[in-house]
Amino acid sequence: MTTVGKAPILELDNVSLRFGGVRAMTDVSCSVYPGELFSIIGPNGAGKTSTLNCISGRYRPTSGRIRHHGKDITGLGPRKRADLGIGRTFQNLALFSGMSVLDNILIGRHHLLKTGVARGMLYWIGGAQQEEVQHRAAVEEIIDFLEIQHIRNEHAGTLSYGLRKRVELARAIALKPELILLDEPMAGMNLEEKEDMARFIVDLNEEMGMTVVMIEHDMGVVMDLSHRLMVLDFGRKIAEGIPDDIKANEDVKRAYLGQDHGVMPTAEPSAEAVR
Amino acid sequence: MAGSMRPAGDFRTSYAADRTIFPTRGSWRMLLLGLLVLCILPLQFAGVTLVSSYWLALIIQIAIYAIAALGLNILVGFTGQISLGHAAFFGFGGFASAYLSGKLGVPVALAIPLAGLLTAMLGIIVGLPAARLKGLYLAIATLASQFVLQDFFGRAQWFTGGASGASAEAYSIFGISLSGDRKYFLVVLAHLIIMYLFAANLMRTRDGRAMVAVRDHYLSAEIMGINLTYYRILAFGISSLYAGVGGALMAHYTGFVSSEAFDLLLSINFLAMVIIGGLGSIMGSILGAIFIICLPEVMQSVVRLVQTLGIGQGAAFTEGLAYMKEMAIGLAIVLFLVFEPDGLAARWRKIKAYWKLYPFSY
Repeated sequence: MTTVGKAPILELDNVSLRFGGVRAMTDVSCSVYPGELFSIIGPNGAGKTSTLNCISGRYRPTSGRIRHHGKDITGLGPRKRADLGIGRTFQNLALFSGMSVLDNILIGRHHLLKTGVARGMLYWIGGAQQEEVQHRAAVEEIIDFLEIQHIRNEHAGTLSYGLRKRVELARAIALKPELILLDEPMAGMNLEEKEDMARFIVDLNEEMGMTVVMIEHDMGVVMDLSHRLMVLDFGRKIAEGIPDDIKANEDVKRAYLGQDHGVMPTAEPSAEAVR
Repeated sequence: MAGSMRPAGDFRTSYAADRTIFPTRGSWRMLLLGLLVLCILPLQFAGVTLVSSYWLALIIQIAIYAIAALGLNILVGFTGQISLGHAAFFGFGGFASAYLSGKLGVPVALAIPLAGLLTAMLGIIVGLPAARLKGLYLAIATLASQFVLQDFFGRAQWFTGGASGASAEAYSIFGISLSGDRKYFLVVLAHLIIMYLFAANLMRTRDGRAMVAVRDHYLSAEIMGINLTYYRILAFGISSLYAGVGGALMAHYTGFVSSEAFDLLLSINFLAMVIIGGLGSIMGSILGAIFIICLPEVMQSVVRLVQTLGIGQGAAFTEGLAYMKEMAIGLAIVLFLVFEPDGLAARWRKIKAYWKLYPFSY
């Protein structure tokens, strides 16, 4: 993945986030380029999810700027960012549990649909039905892609954890994002589910051409998939670069393994090493 | 139970067919049969009546309250916002329609939907606090609107006739008078069908989905590009539209609107219909209305039965009945919340599933 000559799709410029006395992020800067698979890693409480929340608009940075295609979006509300083509999934599931899987994914199309209340109520007259059918077709493609056909009519609240994560990904894809933010897409999954999810993420990036920003704890996955990584520790950026450089970085080893560093885990690390 | 209980071999070949309101051929047949029965119900053949005027009056009431309950279900069940002021909107619709037809000379057939729209506008104004308030705080804010509106009904002589109330004209359309229970029933039924379809359509399109999303997880709804404030207030508008239409139908049914009828107790009754019928179920709203209207009647006949059996006798017993009716509604709500929180609609689904799968349990 070469980033030379491309304008970044997303830039964080000295972003700091404070909650009272707690410094969640301190002067974090980074750039994500179109077509990249960019990962953010770091020990617990390093500010990874806060970074994602700043990008998706849930938090407003205390200082610093966030730019999307060079345009300042620091003060933009979260729902406006959906229109800009920024989609995301959540660390702890945030599906609409009372709705069917199909409706959950259709919610992703919300900002693309035009039917208002009156046309919605009239349904057959005014084009609401055509629009629904048209977007349903698009949603079915996503369902096929993520292999969740068998659960499309199931209520989201009744699904297993791995499937819910997949439905959440489907909902984010339905948004037709240019930039997709994934917050721990593989947390709590078994090996098989992780492999499936990794395949989906690579396909998203390579086939659908989405720029992916991902937080993930599984070092094996992160190092294999990512084009570039950023490492956070205590709210500060301690490293940024391609996986090989990060593996060799002394600061990263120290952050993960303490002062007496050993070897940076390349495959499945033990829970203690990561957390 | 994966969504629908479709019989084997009943395949969908288009996405449109997969989103129909009545999913199976059986449900279509039941629907048409039910509508046919309802249309024949008020007719009189050579002096023979199918339904006594007493029962017909009950059915009309059920249909009118069902319209209002549908609206409340959109607000409470689908959008997850509580309202204790639904009766006031119901009343406002009645007064508005009486005013429009009586004082401004609008034809009654037009005054009813217009009254609904006026009530919707009022609902949007009253619903403004919903942009900021949730849960108990919203309940108190809507309670305030209930009392403010009730006070307004008592004072606004020009609009409501004050303490003496307002009279509403009888229904007529294209010069054909449809007054009298037996004809007016068809008017109410037509309104119920239209409002039912509106609600069902709304819930299967963009804005209805957005409302449910706001209920289930408002944070991720916002990330999905949903305008929370808009949908919270819109839900109030739509629920008031239904209350207004229901209230207007009630006004032209009784021919008289009095401010005392729309008190907090009626608001609670509407909530009871929605809870007992099934939160977040369109059909449930109608089932709930049937339940709440029929409950006192059932109580009455139980008492009569007890009296004919000679167990309970005397004035004290009959007197106690009035209290028992009110207590029964409270008891019903509690029992439903404990044993069937998803209401009659969920029970109905379970019964259907049972018969579909009989004699197997899965």
